[in-house]
Amino acid sequence: MAIEAPYFEGGISCGFPSPADDFKEDRISLDRELIHDPDATFFARVNGDSMQGAGMDDGDLLVIDRSIEAYDGSIAVCFVDGEFTVKRIKKENDKILLMPENPKYKPIEISGDITLNIWGVVTNIVKRVHKKK
Amino acid sequence: MSYYFLIDCNNFYASSERVFDPSLNDRPVVVLSNNDGCCIARSNEAKALGIPMGAPYFEYKSFFAKHNVVVKSSNYALYGDMSSRVMNILSRYCPEVEIYSIDEAFLLFRGFEHFDLESYAREIKSFVHRATGIPVSIGIAPSKALAKVANRISKKFPDKTGGVYLMDTDTKRTKALNWLKIGDVWGIGSRYAKMLQLQNVRTALDFIELPDDFVRDSMTVVGLRLKHDLMGKPSIQMEEVQNKKGIACTRSFHKDYTEFSELHERIATFASVCGRKLRRQGSDCNLVQVYVRTNPFKEHLPQYGRSVCIKLPYPTNSTLELTKHAVRGLKMIFKKGYHYKKAGIMVMALTPSASKQLNVFQNSDPRHLPLMKAIDRINLLSGFNVVKLGSQDLEREWKMNRNKLSPRYTSKFDDIITVNAHYPKEKTET
Repeated sequence: MAIEAPYFEGGISCGFPSPADDFKEDRISLDRELIHDPDATFFARVNGDSMQGAGMDDGDLLVIDRSIEAYDGSIAVCFVDGEFTVKRIKKENDKILLMPENPKYKPIEISGDITLNIWGVVTNIVKRVHKKK
Repeated sequence: MSYYFLIDCNNFYASSERVFDPSLNDRPVVVLSNNDGCCIARSNEAKALGIPMGAPYFEYKSFFAKHNVVVKSSNYALYGDMSSRVMNILSRYCPEVEIYSIDEAFLLFRGFEHFDLESYAREIKSFVHRATGIPVSIGIAPSKALAKVANRISKKFPDKTGGVYLMDTDTKRTKALNWLKIGDVWGIGSRYAKMLQLQNVRTALDFIELPDDFVRDSMTVVGLRLKHDLMGKPSIQMEEVQNKKGIACTRSFHKDYTEFSELHERIATFASVCGRKLRRQGSDCNLVQVYVRTNPFKEHLPQYGRSVCIKLPYPTNSTLELTKHAVRGLKMIFKKGYHYKKAGIMVMALTPSASKQLNVFQNSDPRHLPLMKAIDRINLLSGFNVVKLGSQDLEREWKMNRNKLSPRYTSKFDDIITVNAHYPKEKTET
């Protein structure tokens, strides 16, 4: 069977280009809004309710920017005792406290020889309110 | 005077795994080839246990278990993404970046002799590590071959160098070349190494003392350029040095390109060159990296450069497949409004070829080109792949043994890390 069909190099041009093309704006992009540094941004899923006070619920999606240096008061993902945990960082004299935002939980104290492994700073929480069926 | 940085990710595959599972830090980690056949990457701890590159998994299974070695299947989706992140960060620091392999890149700094290159390198190293979690080593020297040597030193003596070594004097260069065994010189394969050893050439320093004529006659002009490179006179082109980790096809254009269709055509051509080279050496690739950049010397024009690494659904050396995915990559990084001066692709994560049937395209029979073009055209017109090569998967996912595969942490939402917000359990007051 032979297939005969016209083939236009570089596509087919129809009519004149619209003058509006010059003023075309990019559509709103959540990527651009939520991600400051795409090469340093990672995502994680929240498991648990210890950060409820910060608006972070079980199952929420976190946007994490590793390029940002954590400061006193940042919410950060840390690697503690063999697992990832998300807490607010609080500096107090010679120790660092990982603060939960739920009265049910107690702070985790990092002091002495233990070095705190801060994995990245949480910049945004993405929360789904309309559950997919 | 110009300086080259060679930036090399330390144990890249193992390091990528560790970013998303820090419990693997300080533990021996090995990564297996496709089908979990043999060892293709090792952490320092695994190297210290004496596990050789290429160690067959079935032979080492009990050894791994005994020594608590963490075994991972190769997660190319993850390694490819981590590589793009590192490479894109590097291009923020230097307009002239040449990606050499999945985990190595050369940066060229022109006229920076009065600049503190060493602290700049430490800044790059520290930011790459913070932003991506990947540790890198940096060698700095007046030529590529010497930057390779400097990088080796930075890796070999991490306590002394802190992972950065600047080779900026003749004394340092001579000392380094005297230390470097001839078989370890970048670009000198085992056959040349043997030949040179028979001539009593044991170190890189012995090598550069050979007469030019001898080097040219016995090792071609590429060998001679390598010699000059090692003497501190930049002479060698990256693509001249055989690279076991990947095949690149990169070009600077005679004129700037602004249209997607122009770059599309170039990228498709590069893909076919890489495909041909892969078939010639009997390899498949698992990743294809696409790269574009504007001309850094036209400072009045907006500057842009970006690369992306695409994981192929299965290892392949088919030009059609490579083109399809390379163009997909180009679509992801192409931005309108820039004047592109350079583009390239690199096929990486090479494995021995599985697709024997493609050998029909191996030789340069002139009839094969129209055939490839005809296939392309039919597929293009019909909108999907009506005509496929016998070895293509026919919508079947390539079935590979990947029992130890880690999640695709950065490319699938279902696979992202989970962070606990219930810790510590025992302290919960209920």
